[in-house]
Amino acid sequence: MPTYSKEHQEFLKKRRRKKGVILSCQFLIILSFLLIWEIASKTGIINSFLSSSPSQVVTTFTSLLEQNNLWNHVYITVYETLISFVIASVLGFGIATLLWWFSTLAKIVDPYLTILNSLPKVALGPLIIIWIGANMNSIIFMALMISLFITIINIYNGFQSVDYYYITLLKTLNASKSQIFQKLIVPSNKNIIINCLKVNISMSLIGS
Amino acid sequence: MKPILKIQGLKKNYQDLDGEIEALGGINLDVYEGELLSIVGPSGCGKTSLLSVLSNLEKKSSGDIQFKNHDIKIGYMLQKDALFPWRTILENCLIGLEIQHNLTEETKNRVIELLNTYGLGDFMNKYPSSLSGGMRQRVALIRTLAIDPDILFLDEPFSALDYLTRIYLSEDVYKIIKKEGKTAILVTHDLAEAVSLSDRVAVLSKRPAIVKKVYSIDIPNKSTPIENRKKKEFHAYYDQIWRDLDAHI
Repeated sequence: MPTYSKEHQEFLKKRRRKKGVILSCQFLIILSFLLIWEIASKTGIINSFLSSSPSQVVTTFTSLLEQNNLWNHVYITVYETLISFVIASVLGFGIATLLWWFSTLAKIVDPYLTILNSLPKVALGPLIIIWIGANMNSIIFMALMISLFITIINIYNGFQSVDYYYITLLKTLNASKSQIFQKLIVPSNKNIIINCLKVNISMSLIGS
Repeated sequence: MKPILKIQGLKKNYQDLDGEIEALGGINLDVYEGELLSIVGPSGCGKTSLLSVLSNLEKKSSGDIQFKNHDIKIGYMLQKDALFPWRTILENCLIGLEIQHNLTEETKNRVIELLNTYGLGDFMNKYPSSLSGGMRQRVALIRTLAIDPDILFLDEPFSALDYLTRIYLSEDVYKIIKKEGKTAILVTHDLAEAVSLSDRVAVLSKRPAIVKKVYSIDIPNKSTPIENRKKKEFHAYYDQIWRDLDAHI
């Protein structure tokens, strides 16, 4: 067991105190937000028909639970979100890898990727329903459209931005292309990939 | 003595939309086993191109490169350390062995021993960000030595460092290379570095580069680079090579 100096103990104590302050402030903010909301709608400062109030939300929530089988809807939405999240992430990573591997292919599809990404997918909603039908597949497809292209673009840009100097180093060691990919491209883009996954989850949720 | 590397009429052109650049205009040079050969030349004359072509990073345009053995292992040390920030010092040094499918308990222990011998043992499990520039470059040398190369290519390995660090590091690198008994080609634009470290110095011309002259550095009681710098022969060689370079800006 290492012994710490008094200065270090002070430092740790300060850190803990700071963490406590942050947590309690976060809690206080949400509590006062709900409180002000409730009071404002009760006293008529804001229109409770338009803005509702926390107590009404709770009442509606419990009645939906009892009468309308809310859990089933939640389950389906979460399911759709997860499916499209997984497909978008795997497919996005795979296509980005292909583009990195074959740079000519990347140059060919570059303008199309940009167009597909800037397409207003939500506006295509009705069309997608006509094409695929009013079922879960069309929702998954919609969510996929929203998150796939941006995933490809972000991950591919990350792959591209790896310093060429590192690649040269691996080449001096006679590394193959797949070794460069495994040992350099993927690990140096860990953060970008994780960020993409985070964005994908919310994109998929919007879609579904 | 049979050379470990024989270069004959080596040419390298670079293609560009605007035309063609002749970098190497027919290099003739022999490199002998165990020697430290420096290559100096005016800025942009193709020194780095020469190493790139020799190590097959780039294709030659014409000419002949003959190594003593076909399966010769080249260790290439670059100007910047290019250590991977997500790997520890030891893991960085092992990357060559990993890539060449040669990582065993035995080779790993050899690398650990190299790190210990050259004063990096305490930093083995630290990340590159906690090391100074000079130490990082020393790690880069150990990484190069880890694959047990037959010949070392050093491409201006000290030029990114501050003056004091580069003097001391070049002294260290010199000792390490000599102790490990390696053949080395050092590309540099620093004449003092070239004269104080090398057994021979090859002077390249302006582009398209050819070998203008090769000097055998004959300093009496030759010792380490820092000591060599104090001798009068050092200055004589320095002046002569300086005139050869004929560098007009």
